[in-house]
Amino acid sequence: MIRLEPRAAPSKLMATLSPLIAILLTLIAGALLFAALGQNPWRALRVYFLSPFDDAYMRAEVLVKAVPLALMGAGLAVCFRANVWNIGAAGQFTLGAIGAGAAALFIPAESPFAMLAVPLIAGALCGMAWAAVPAALRTRLGVNEILVSLMLTYVAALLLDWLVRGPWRNPRGFGFPQTNAFPDWAHAPILVEGTRLHVGAFLAVAAALGLGLMMSRTLRGLRLRVTGGAPRAARFAGFSAAGDVWFALLLSGGLAGLAGALEATSTVGRLQPEIGAQAGFTAIIVAFLGRLNPIGALLGALVLAVSAIGGENAQILLNLPKNVAGVFQGMLLFFLLACDALINYRPRLVARRRA
Amino acid sequence: MEAFFAAMIVAATPLLFAALGELVAERSGVLNLGVEGMMLVGAVCAFIVALSTGSTALGAFAGAAAGVAMAGLFALLALGFSANQAAAGLALTIFGGGLSGLLGASYVGVPLPKAQPLFPASWAEAIPYGKAIFGYDAMVYLAWASAAAIWWFLARARSGLKLRAAGDNAESGHALGLPVLRIRLLAVLFGGAMAGLGGAYLSLAYTPMWGEGMTAGRGWIALALVVFAGWRVGWAAAGAVLFAAVTQLQFYAQGWGWRAPSQFWAAAPYLATILALALLAGRRTAGSAPAALGRIFRPSS
Amino acid sequence: MILRRSLLIGAAALAMASGAPAAFAEEPLKIGFIYVGPIGDFGWSYQHDQGRLALEKEFGDRVQTTYVESVPEGPDAERVLRQLATSGHKLIFATSFGFMDATAKVAKAFPDVKFEHATGYTRADNLATYSGRFEEGRYILGVIAGKTTQSGKIGYIGAFPIPEVLRGVNAFTLGLQSVNPEATVSVVWANTWYDPGKEADAARAVIAQGADVIAQHTDSPAPLQAAENSGTVKAFGQASDMIKFAPTAQLTAIVDDWAPYYIGRVQAVLDGTWESQDHWGGLAAGDVHMAPYTNMPDEVKALAEETQAKIASGELNIFSGPISDRDGTERVAAGEALDDAAQLEMNWFVKGVQGDLPD
Repeated sequence: MIRLEPRAAPSKLMATLSPLIAILLTLIAGALLFAALGQNPWRALRVYFLSPFDDAYMRAEVLVKAVPLALMGAGLAVCFRANVWNIGAAGQFTLGAIGAGAAALFIPAESPFAMLAVPLIAGALCGMAWAAVPAALRTRLGVNEILVSLMLTYVAALLLDWLVRGPWRNPRGFGFPQTNAFPDWAHAPILVEGTRLHVGAFLAVAAALGLGLMMSRTLRGLRLRVTGGAPRAARFAGFSAAGDVWFALLLSGGLAGLAGALEATSTVGRLQPEIGAQAGFTAIIVAFLGRLNPIGALLGALVLAVSAIGGENAQILLNLPKNVAGVFQGMLLFFLLACDALINYRPRLVARRRA
Repeated sequence: MEAFFAAMIVAATPLLFAALGELVAERSGVLNLGVEGMMLVGAVCAFIVALSTGSTALGAFAGAAAGVAMAGLFALLALGFSANQAAAGLALTIFGGGLSGLLGASYVGVPLPKAQPLFPASWAEAIPYGKAIFGYDAMVYLAWASAAAIWWFLARARSGLKLRAAGDNAESGHALGLPVLRIRLLAVLFGGAMAGLGGAYLSLAYTPMWGEGMTAGRGWIALALVVFAGWRVGWAAAGAVLFAAVTQLQFYAQGWGWRAPSQFWAAAPYLATILALALLAGRRTAGSAPAALGRIFRPSS
Repeated sequence: MILRRSLLIGAAALAMASGAPAAFAEEPLKIGFIYVGPIGDFGWSYQHDQGRLALEKEFGDRVQTTYVESVPEGPDAERVLRQLATSGHKLIFATSFGFMDATAKVAKAFPDVKFEHATGYTRADNLATYSGRFEEGRYILGVIAGKTTQSGKIGYIGAFPIPEVLRGVNAFTLGLQSVNPEATVSVVWANTWYDPGKEADAARAVIAQGADVIAQHTDSPAPLQAAENSGTVKAFGQASDMIKFAPTAQLTAIVDDWAPYYIGRVQAVLDGTWESQDHWGGLAAGDVHMAPYTNMPDEVKALAEETQAKIASGELNIFSGPISDRDGTERVAAGEALDDAAQLEMNWFVKGVQGDLPD
């Protein structure tokens, strides 16, 4: 049978090669899955992986879908590196949308503050404020941040729900749960005419590159890596754990808030109960697919965006139920995660397992 | 009052099953975020088997078996290939959501007879509040019995000690000859069986039907309860009951005419959990996470 | 480009598989549906999908239908609608209110594609709206409940306080009080359209608080099942006939039957007579019908049938005055009836309803 043996040092070759092996395995397993469902495997795989690149609109959509995933994924990558478990990016995203909505709806057009940067900053600040709750509870009382951040996600969704059904509801909207549409100044500019690609794409790339540099080149990055890797060593080195917890949560919360603000000011254009906050959970996978590297998170976001849109297209073009997309996406992730083992371990064929 | 208590116990049961299973897995050092996916597959398999055999017991067994199979997949990734546990668990949730929907597609809108109470009705009528004690189906008692058994196992049994050692310090456990990976595998599979039972309870007894996504986030609540409990069995049971009680309270409070937006009532269980944890924090009673939780362990020889 | 080519190949393969000579086959009308939930919810999306299946049965080879399920009402909807339009679908049904902005935007970009949006109010030359007057059925439920209840307390499980649900609560209560002026309705918000466990919890709570008849405006059969299991409480099915879930507790059910509307609209497209419109059909149009009246005495059944006939014929307008809200403000004067605009934005409760309402 096959046995995994630790390598002396992580394999550089495998770091590049393992995603390719994973995709190859997914193609094989996917072909079998689709054949079993009575589909032409080639056509099905083509729809999943290539149809999202068929025309300019779809290519732009891949990026539109990837922007919030990349922003949140990059922030979470830093956060998880520091061994801080922020599971509630979805809630911080929702608060970001609420903050952006407050600015967009209540700042009059003639005010000097009526510019896009204001709702975006408001969103980031609200995301940070929501993340500050688990940070404060963890550093002051030792309360586990997994629980607090996750629970606050539900609270955030209900807060948004209450706002758009109650106090912020559009008075001329026939009682339906949505606010007024945002004014023109509070719409993120479109980069490519005829698509929905907005300035958020630049912000996502900038955030990922900036955080990548921070982690590899700055003292703060070193500290976070040390604190996360070996908490006790960090304490001996004089690094304050509390400071790093705050930094990790405020950073990831702020980016999630920015992602929510961008979604509200671009694709949605108003507040309503559903604004795509689910991306906050997907971003956890993005962070790990990117191997907890902010720049890797960019790639992870693209992979998940392609597979999500491929899944939609499979429903439209192949009449495959949505659940097949779920099974297929699960398989893709399984292979990607399993193949990463090749970076640190060498598969060896052995005659018999040793105890 | 009796009805409130009974509804609370019923609502706590799926959470209790799933939380106990996850607790055992986490005490062995493995964080499996795929509880929701395992519950869904458990729910649909339990439903299909109970419907075709007419036996609730066989259905529950199938639910547990399906949970084990899902957990096996997770174990292959997380233990076999040393994949990141959080990511593998989330992938399992996505996979389980899709798989359960595919398996259950032709069972939508099909009713199932309700699971019968374990004890004869005369027992419940014999004493005051009897229904709150004797009025439940067998799975409720199974959940509480397993809570007691798991408490005993972790606190007293020799093998429970080994399991905790695997979760607290895998390296030195390994050095002392502990089969860390095998212990973790068994713990993960047990967690899957319990999550499967939690799902089965929903589709067999709570609301005997199959509907896509019918767990509605209970797997995530179970995960949160393990943290809430500080990885201790008694507190996990208390947390499940607290959460269920506040969930029930939102409907009772609306009926009593307590005026507040319904969103506030819906948020109450989440806020109550945070508040309870904050109030308990800092006391000696607070538990702590297994030291090796979520960390990959690979025996070096 | 590649996409189009593969589509043509796909269509040809399909034609060959069905045995029709591809060269002579008339191009089928492609019809797209987007659903907010999974078709396996046995509620709102399930019923729309039943309508889609009815189209395939009615028109056979002349149509080809596609659906996309569980589309969140957020950023993704616009892309899915656009994909449906670019992939050759000429008639697209967007079956939830939250798709309104996206549908309006995509309809503007594809003037030769016809769009139909359920329960919305934005229209264009190629964008029609449609909905059902389910509250007509709820009035009948109220009449039955008024004749059935012993305790005089009705539990009503609502999803969210939006006009569609409030109309139903008010219609139900007006029907209830037409036969039983003392009876009251206690509304409990579940804050979800679909969570069987929570819906069952809400039902058990209102039963424990003394309700002996429950009505629901959430999707799953769980509240009905809770009534069945209580042994004595009666209830009503939602969106489809759910008698299988409650053989002794279901009194009747409001059935959302989208098939007649969908068939009519597809026929119009095939005939070239499709025009944008606002369709709001009830019992008369066949969009709403009632499951068999069961588990009730003959005279109640007769009264229910009589009420149904009166509403269908137009003799009875369920929102005819005088109607006051629960604060005493007159909403409809005697001799008048509530117009559609006022019904569409209803945000008040009639007298006899207990429950929270956002301002």
